[in-house]
Amino acid sequence: MSALEYFNETHQMVRATVRKFVEKEILPHVDDWEEAGEFPRELYGKAAEAGILSINAPEQFGGTGEDVFMKVAACEELVRCSSGGLCASLGSLDIGLPPVWKWGSEAMKEKVIPEVIGGEKISALAITEPNGGSDVANLRTRAVRDGDHYVVNGSKTFITSGVRADYYTVAVRTGDKGYGGISLLLVEKGTPGFTVGRKLKKMGWWASDTAELFFEDCRVPVENLIGPENGGFYCIMSNFQMERLILAVTANSTAQLALDECLRYVKEREAFGRPLAGFQVTRHKLAEMATDIKASTEFTYRVAAKIAAGENCVLDVSMAKNVATRCADRVTYDAVQLFGGSGYMRGTIVERLYRDNRILSIGGGTHEIMNEVIAKQMGL
Amino acid sequence: MKVLVPIKRVVDYNVKVRVKADNTGVDLANVKMAMNPFCEIAVEEAVRLKEKGVVTEIVAVSIGPKTAQEQLRTAMALGADRSILVETDEDVQPLGIAKALKAIVDEEKPELVILGKQAIDGDNNQTGQMLAALTGMPQGTFASEVNVADGKVKVTREIDGGLQTVELTLPAVVTTDLRLNEPRYASLPNIMKAKKKPLDTKTAADLGVDLTPRVTTVSVEAPAERQAGIIVGSVDELVEKLKNEAKVI
Ligand SMILES: Cc1cc2nc3c(=O)[nH]c(=O)nc-3n(C[C@H](O)[C@H](O)[C@H](O)COP(=O)(O)OP(=O)(O)OC[C@H]3O[C@@H](n4cnc5c(N)ncnc54)[C@H](O)[C@@H]3O)c2cc1C
Ligand SMILES: Cc1cc2nc3c(=O)[nH]c(=O)nc-3n(C[C@H](O)[C@H](O)[C@H](O)COP(=O)(O)OP(=O)(O)OC[C@H]3O[C@@H](n4cnc5c(N)ncnc54)[C@H](O)[C@@H]3O)c2cc1C
Repeated sequence: MSALEYFNETHQMVRATVRKFVEKEILPHVDDWEEAGEFPRELYGKAAEAGILSINAPEQFGGTGEDVFMKVAACEELVRCSSGGLCASLGSLDIGLPPVWKWGSEAMKEKVIPEVIGGEKISALAITEPNGGSDVANLRTRAVRDGDHYVVNGSKTFITSGVRADYYTVAVRTGDKGYGGISLLLVEKGTPGFTVGRKLKKMGWWASDTAELFFEDCRVPVENLIGPENGGFYCIMSNFQMERLILAVTANSTAQLALDECLRYVKEREAFGRPLAGFQVTRHKLAEMATDIKASTEFTYRVAAKIAAGENCVLDVSMAKNVATRCADRVTYDAVQLFGGSGYMRGTIVERLYRDNRILSIGGGTHEIMNEVIAKQMGL
Repeated sequence: MKVLVPIKRVVDYNVKVRVKADNTGVDLANVKMAMNPFCEIAVEEAVRLKEKGVVTEIVAVSIGPKTAQEQLRTAMALGADRSILVETDEDVQPLGIAKALKAIVDEEKPELVILGKQAIDGDNNQTGQMLAALTGMPQGTFASEVNVADGKVKVTREIDGGLQTVELTLPAVVTTDLRLNEPRYASLPNIMKAKKKPLDTKTAADLGVDLTPRVTTVSVEAPAERQAGIIVGSVDELVEKLKNEAKVI
């Protein structure tokens, strides 16, 4: 492996496996699943069989152990399935499960991790509330201690895998106002007082199940606490680092897929007696798209390498997310443009990418919130 | 029983290759490489035989550059137990490969050698046949079905007229056709396990064989661009054009 390479031989093999998984298990059905607004639950089992859900999970529970670039490689290949929603729901364990393995009790880890990476159970993360998602420190869902239970009241919204999940990693207020009063609780589907609302209809990410969650005097055993009581804010912020990296990777890969679609189309499609690639303006547009993607991807890799080396990357990962999502916004817009009327039609991949991409600068912390983080790190 | 699976590192089948400007060959700089698809089928067949309990050990072997280790690692992630790399920077050709494989067969004494019917780089379709000739083993080429029982292997072959079944006494050489099976992909746990499986490296000198190419490539040309078609008005016109313009009848 050359010193310039981020991906080693094992990562390349994982990449090949995920590519084949996508080609065999997803691509033949993806258009149907998109129109149906969901993919079969069995896909979790199939992904687990290939080992794809076990990346980064601790080895003692059947995971690969932490390996940032293995995750990056797998994510890049999964995005090639062209359904952002499928990636989001199949990947909701990437944000729901790490708090369990990092801060959960041994009993919780032993029960939850094997089931989730084994594809039998689905994990989701529930932070956002109807009153606000950006201002995490002021979330309102309350959990009041009563004997050996917490009594939870409140609601969550926009939760990915919200309909089908079995385990929800839920942010609740156990203490005073502000960030010092927040905790994480593991809530199981079926707990009395916990209900899931209807599946929300969205601009994009059609194949993912996004839902509202309601808690009405919902009694959750105290042993379901993840991490220290009132110490949840730190866990949430720490969890965001990897989520933001993966969102940056997703944005770069979405842009790359859009560009690849364009490169094919401009050679086939003719206007004014020649292929679109025959116009200098088209070639230059594609050159700009490729340049932006390259710059963003290289930056994202650099941040991933720092995370892999254990460095604190709050500043860099926020920048990487903004660079990548802004790049993908431009590229997917231009891709639809290059496809002309076809780019506006359902069934064209760039049409879906354009819609699916839009969430990436909103979820996991908005563009503006990233700028808040960056400005703070700059001492402003 | 032991099975030997020779595999080759070739340009990934998704890559659209380009001919080098000086027409000496295909440009391989920064091109994605992979295991030859027919070899993947050979590995898969060996793994299935092992899963059925027919085979006890699968040895993968490759004759090629140091980087062919990647393909051997993949073979082990798919189920091969160990592997051997005969490392060379020569532009290997079927006869040289067959000689090296014969030397490996002499050492390893497998009861079955399963390999791809051809590699998608040179499309030679010669190595399996040459190996059979050099070792004196019977051969069943272009297999679409393989059954091993009682010291024999029954091979269903895809031939022009349909299917032919031959029965060979082990040890034997089998070459795989596309429809033999659908190869699996390596699961992540198996990729991890493959890292710890043994990979031996040898040289042609160790085996006492000469891998120097015997065939010289004079020139490599890209296929001609396909010309636009025309619609003919009648069968007479078609026949006339086939005769006088295309000169094919
Ligand atoms: C498809 C989808 C899936 C999602 N999945 C999940 C999930 O699995 N789990 C989960 O917990 N959440 C999830 N979310 C929620 C997502 O994280 C939030 O939507 C996001 O954090 C923004 O919160 P909000 O929608 O409440 O917007 P608001 O916080 O109301 O923000 C509205 C606007 O105000 C801006 N703004 C807010 N504060 C400031 C400020 N201080 N300075 C400048 N501008 C500001 C924001 O940038 C934004 O432009 C998902 C959302 C979507 C759409
Ligand atoms: C929802 C919808 C409704 C529509 N309704 C109607 C309707 O009612 N009636 C009707 O007749 N049409 C209608 N159209 C068609 C619309 O007018 C065409 O899609 C549009 O004119 C573009 O043509 P095209 O799709 O063939 O793209 P193309 O002409 O194939 O163009 C593809 C890309 O190449 C670019 N391009 C083309 N030529 C050049 C050049 N010389 N130099 C540089 N770039 C170039 C284009 O700008 C575009 O980015 C509709 C389309 C849609 C999507």
